[in-house]
Amino acid sequence: MNQTLEKSIFEYSQPGRGAFAQHPPGDDAAALEALPPALRRRTPPRLPEVSELDAVRHFTRLSQLNFSIDTNFYPLGSCTMKYNPKACNQYAMLPEFLARHPLAPDTQGQGFLACMFELQEMLKDVTGMKAVSLNPMAGAHGEFAGVAMIRAYHRARGDLARNEIIVPEAAHGTNPATATMCGCVVKEIPVDAQGDVDLEALAKAVGPNTAGIMLTNPSTLGVFERKIEAVAKLVHGAGGLLYYDGANLNAILGKVRPGDMGFDVIHMNLHKTFSTPHGGGGPGAGAVGVSARLEPFLPVPVVGREGAAYRWLSEAERPQSIGRLSAFMGNAGVLLRAYVYMRMLGHEGMSRVGEFATLNANYLMVRLKEAGFDLAYPTRRASHEFIITLKRQARELNVTAMDVAKRLLDYGFHAPTTYFPLLVPECLLIEPTETESRETLDAFIEAMVAILGEAQTDAARLKGAPYTMPVRRLDDVRAAKQLELTWKPVNSAV
Amino acid sequence: MPFIPHTAADVQHMLQTIGAESIDALFDEIPESLRIQGLEGIPAGLSEMEIGRLMSERARLDGRPLSFLGAGAYEHHIPSAVWAITTRGEFYSAYTPYQAEASQGTLQLIHEYQTMITSLTGMEVSNASLYDGGSAVAEAALMAVRAHRKSRSLRLLIPSTVNPNYRRVVQSTAGNQGVQFETVPYLPQSGCIDPIALESYAGQDLTALVIQQPNFFGQLEDVDRLTDWAHAQGMLVVAVVNPTSLAVLKPPGEWGSRGADICVGEGQPLGVPLSSGGPYFGFMTTRMEYVRSMPGRIVGRTVDLEGRPGYTLTLQAREQHIRRGKATSNICTNQGLLMTAATIYMTLVGPQGLARVAQSCMARTATLVTALGEIKGVRVAFAGSRFHEAVVLLDRPAAAVLRQLEAQGILGGVDLAADYPELGPAVLVCATETKTPDDLDRYVSALRRALEAA
Repeated sequence: MNQTLEKSIFEYSQPGRGAFAQHPPGDDAAALEALPPALRRRTPPRLPEVSELDAVRHFTRLSQLNFSIDTNFYPLGSCTMKYNPKACNQYAMLPEFLARHPLAPDTQGQGFLACMFELQEMLKDVTGMKAVSLNPMAGAHGEFAGVAMIRAYHRARGDLARNEIIVPEAAHGTNPATATMCGCVVKEIPVDAQGDVDLEALAKAVGPNTAGIMLTNPSTLGVFERKIEAVAKLVHGAGGLLYYDGANLNAILGKVRPGDMGFDVIHMNLHKTFSTPHGGGGPGAGAVGVSARLEPFLPVPVVGREGAAYRWLSEAERPQSIGRLSAFMGNAGVLLRAYVYMRMLGHEGMSRVGEFATLNANYLMVRLKEAGFDLAYPTRRASHEFIITLKRQARELNVTAMDVAKRLLDYGFHAPTTYFPLLVPECLLIEPTETESRETLDAFIEAMVAILGEAQTDAARLKGAPYTMPVRRLDDVRAAKQLELTWKPVNSAV
Repeated sequence: MPFIPHTAADVQHMLQTIGAESIDALFDEIPESLRIQGLEGIPAGLSEMEIGRLMSERARLDGRPLSFLGAGAYEHHIPSAVWAITTRGEFYSAYTPYQAEASQGTLQLIHEYQTMITSLTGMEVSNASLYDGGSAVAEAALMAVRAHRKSRSLRLLIPSTVNPNYRRVVQSTAGNQGVQFETVPYLPQSGCIDPIALESYAGQDLTALVIQQPNFFGQLEDVDRLTDWAHAQGMLVVAVVNPTSLAVLKPPGEWGSRGADICVGEGQPLGVPLSSGGPYFGFMTTRMEYVRSMPGRIVGRTVDLEGRPGYTLTLQAREQHIRRGKATSNICTNQGLLMTAATIYMTLVGPQGLARVAQSCMARTATLVTALGEIKGVRVAFAGSRFHEAVVLLDRPAAAVLRQLEAQGILGGVDLAADYPELGPAVLVCATETKTPDDLDRYVSALRRALEAA
């Protein structure tokens, strides 16, 4: 990685400089005369004044200060950092797709709409759900749509007391946050020592106020929830619905389907399972799928087909819909990328995803166990990911999961997810994905072994890591106390 | 196997290491009754060459009409460098910068974005992006409820001059938490918020007034007076703005005597392609005093062990991964790549370039509206100043006229019949800097022919 810090773009700025080829032709300053003075801007915004080359160099250099899938193994658990095929980007960015206005008539979008319709159909098939809406723009947004549909369903039946959402304690933080955003009350239940839901606790938690349960399966603990059929029976028996958090769908693609497990509503993270880019924090896409009884509540618009023609169905055709979640149609360009990916893989490639993601995870898990790392669930198979806990090393050697994570950066690997799930102390959640080769996994194992050796002989080495990044460990406390949220010139009083 | 590197020897070696007989055996914890044998509903896989051909055919079906559509998504010139850099793998295939030391590029870029967008909006702090303009208004409504310490009403005023789709998103998002919305009508003469209707809310316990500038019709609201009125009533002010317009229009931070409290909008005009509605990004800025009520990621500048400057995610105690059910929002993944494009766009156009884009949009729209108004059967709806959109009224149902234009390869505007039936046949038209005088002539003569023909 490039270790040279890059100065702020504002430090390149010089009054009068600019990327003039980008300015529109002609001088239309006279147009401003139509503006009443009270509505006009008085001082120009602080945007950089730089040449095009300055800008290109600056942002290229910034890109080089990042780890990414294209440059490094990125086993960030629960995030499915697999290779994003370049074709998906190229064919989603064909000029006609990019230029299409969201309010252009359906007649000017039959190519785009055909892709969206077929994507809906394929997602129905891989999840075993009855209907799909592509609207939500990220996983958490899909969760919101799902819980809102569950609420709308109960309300439509006059079942107004159901406002409790049950969430296992190991769940992603978005689950309880989503339940709150939907106006529900969150009830957390424990998992047992093997990582499965505690059925007794669940039986006590369900009742006439239960709206539903939110589950990830395989769970955030990296294991398949074996009692899923019993869970479904309990929750359905109490009148609640089952929500499937699709964060870990990659693990079971082509092997088992949420619809068959008894889930009523699910979201899929297309930026995980279907390999659309993570983009440094998005865009995602969180399509939702539902069973027949929830179909009327799907967020609008959805794509319908009449004969050979495709068209948007909106509020008029779906009067019970939970409504609109985006100004237009969600992250359409991301959906095109997912479509290209699914068509390239086809049904045989789709099943291989779950198979090889699971093969890689189990190989890595067994090898790390042999190397002396403690597994959080040693008697279980890994799903597409697994957890190691450094509780013993923390006690005996005074090194933490954070130390190991930071040291891994020096070895050229992005760190696994750390300190999640919260109930496993000093944990690393490791997800290799199916697109990594055996050699890469072996190199990662070697690095982990080397770091464990360092922990035993020179723990201070880990405490000070990383050493080879553009910066050393950062002062997060200072960041939160002395808020510097915008760039200011050095020696500036403002 | 596409995108899977394993050779047969690798598979055998790995299974041996695991101690499993087959890959299938790795799924032995899944109840047999639930297992499926493949996905036959999905077509067979395609090579890259085949999918390339299919997608090119599909793209051709969509065509390249001459478009005068706006209504929340705007066609602008995008410098080539914007997406050439944005799609670099180091930005495109990274994720949320949880490991700050290995993500300084993304973090510094977000910090530069926060600097640019706060200055553009005249506010003090910004987050790292929300999903889109509509969901940003919904988050702003929820944030206003949290930030307003005195009001208990959960009621907001949202005028009918706010984009109808934004109002729908606000309803479907914030409505679940019991937040209620009152719609304030507009004046038929000006297409702006009706001050007398607004005055009827004086003295009530309300959380906030939402003001869109330019409003959905493209008209400019009297933002100073509206802001001062809302503040005098004890309400917060949520500004919904178009970022291009802020190169020439007064930024929300300077509205009235105190400025708006929360500012949101659709970031798409800043270098993001139209792409059928997404991915775009929502921006949100506010005053420092409300920073802890703000949803989403925020990047701060700090120092490392050796005292060198560096960037990191900060104030994370607001977020779902820490606060779970008590977080400010459930948002996790945002629209980072689009924020990246916008940052590069704002850098390339700079303050002068953005002002010239804004002026050019105003000039093109003014020229178009004047020419359209001279056609028999067309009337310009509202007096007063506007930015780059206008409502034109027709003497017959708009849908049929728009279809006639479409047949000539022109998308003549957005039909307002469903959302604003009281206007009669009405079309919202927009001309940005991308439209040449010839483009404008083509539209004007096509519309004249369409209306004279019947």
